[in-house]
Amino acid sequence: MTGLEIVFLVIAALTISAALMVVTTRYLVHAALWLILALFGVAATFVLLNATFLAVVQVVVYIGAIAVLMIFAIMLTRKVMRDSGPQMNPRWGWAALVGVALFAALAFVFTRSPAAGMTASDLVAGADPVVELGQALVSPNAYVLPFEVASVLLLAAMIGAIYVAWKK
Amino acid sequence: MGDPITLISQWFTSLLLGWGLAEGLVTVIRLFLGAVILATISMLTVVALIWVERKLAGRLQDRPGPNRAGPFGLLQPIADMIKIFTKEVLTPAHADKVTFHMAPVIFIASVLLIWVVVPFTGTVVGANLNVAVLYIVAVGAFGVVAVLMAGWSSNNKFALLGAFRAVAQMVSYEVPMVLALMVPVLLASSMGLNDIVNAQSIWFVVVAPLAALIFLITSMAEVGRAPFDLLEAESEIVAGYHTEYSGMAFGMFYVAEFLHHWAVGALLATLFLGGWRGPGAETWPVLGILYFYIKTFIGYFIITWIRLTLPRIRIDQMLAFNWKFLTPLVLVVLIFTAILDKVLETNGVGGWGYALAMLALNAAIGWATVLILKKIEPSRQRQRVEFPPRPVAMAPKSE
Repeated sequence: MTGLEIVFLVIAALTISAALMVVTTRYLVHAALWLILALFGVAATFVLLNATFLAVVQVVVYIGAIAVLMIFAIMLTRKVMRDSGPQMNPRWGWAALVGVALFAALAFVFTRSPAAGMTASDLVAGADPVVELGQALVSPNAYVLPFEVASVLLLAAMIGAIYVAWKK
Repeated sequence: MGDPITLISQWFTSLLLGWGLAEGLVTVIRLFLGAVILATISMLTVVALIWVERKLAGRLQDRPGPNRAGPFGLLQPIADMIKIFTKEVLTPAHADKVTFHMAPVIFIASVLLIWVVVPFTGTVVGANLNVAVLYIVAVGAFGVVAVLMAGWSSNNKFALLGAFRAVAQMVSYEVPMVLALMVPVLLASSMGLNDIVNAQSIWFVVVAPLAALIFLITSMAEVGRAPFDLLEAESEIVAGYHTEYSGMAFGMFYVAEFLHHWAVGALLATLFLGGWRGPGAETWPVLGILYFYIKTFIGYFIITWIRLTLPRIRIDQMLAFNWKFLTPLVLVVLIFTAILDKVLETNGVGGWGYALAMLALNAAIGWATVLILKKIEPSRQRQRVEFPPRPVAMAPKSE
């Protein structure tokens, strides 16, 4: 076992246990803090894959924006402290089934993808991955349409939020 | 000879390899030691900075500043340190203990992590990341999380209010800050800080003065010092998110704030003032460190000067200034810089011609902004609020 594999196992264990704590802890704010740790673990996994851009964006977007917004929303609600209700609802079996099916589908896709047998250093061989990503996002042969559609969607969401919050 | 740090690092590596250690292990040890030294130097800088800041504050406010302990009061920070080390670290009743004690550690880590990507000179940089600019924004996110943790876990209304204010401020000022950071990235066509420094044969403060100004303002808000210190406004919410901290736990917030302030100076120097560049810095990298520190101090001095001159702004002013003024302005600057950059590039204009065209563009945008502000301002009437007169003191009602 190489040093990199040990580091990966530690990070993976940390991420999964943090994710478990998110759904099992009874304090909402603690759940949000554990979620931050889980998201940070994902960012660390991206670093191990030499995907620095994705790692940094993961931290900026998921920790800096989404998690902070969630904590903000939780603190403005009443159930800041302990939640004493039952943690499972009667249909947990179906949820577990969907979860397992999703995991199986993702695992199937990943093992079939051309990147499955490659090591981290092979993945970024060649040009600067940030430049390639940037060009792919605006190239008409690649992802320009999804990119622009996502921008329009975000704009619509913003206008909707302003409309909802507007003083009538 | 001109590059002692690389020389020491090479000597150390060959020494460890000579002892028969594996090459991977040697790299790990070297990087770990480098990180320890970098963090220690950053922390020790703060000791000097506390004296500099207090002395500056004193002179700018027409008083001597610390002048009792040692020559020119130089030993004052040492005395302060001893005092703060010996104080008890209190935990408030019903506080969330683990979160409470973790918050200052994460806060100071978020500031120390900035120094990883700052190039001290051409050859001395912690990690030459290709996404360094975005990385700086990312580690700032941990600071926001730490403030929220501190404010919530203290079990104190004032701390929670301070945390809310802090997060509102840090999250909103991040928007124009990131957009302003995109201008040097655009000009250097790289997100690596060393590449940005190398691209500054003409300093970016000349090419993009508006972006530099907006970065200065927004990063002052990120640090949360006056005039943006409403997150710890003494007269309103005691001390904001660190109300309940005492002893070294408070000391860590204090040190992190100073270090963040200094780091903003370093980023300003690196992104806009040419970083370590200067006469002879390429052949003598050790000179680069000197230039870098001088430029960092210039940025640091400007921020301190503003902080000691301006009064605190209100929370509505803080938000309106960000969303109605800075964000639209920086969007205009970014779009026009990108267009002009492309136009000049296709016409083959480089060097000083390029810089002067960009400077003219910035001047035009600045002039237009002033004109628009002048047009808007007279039409906005301030609402006059009249309160019924009330006596200063009233006798308690007799039962």
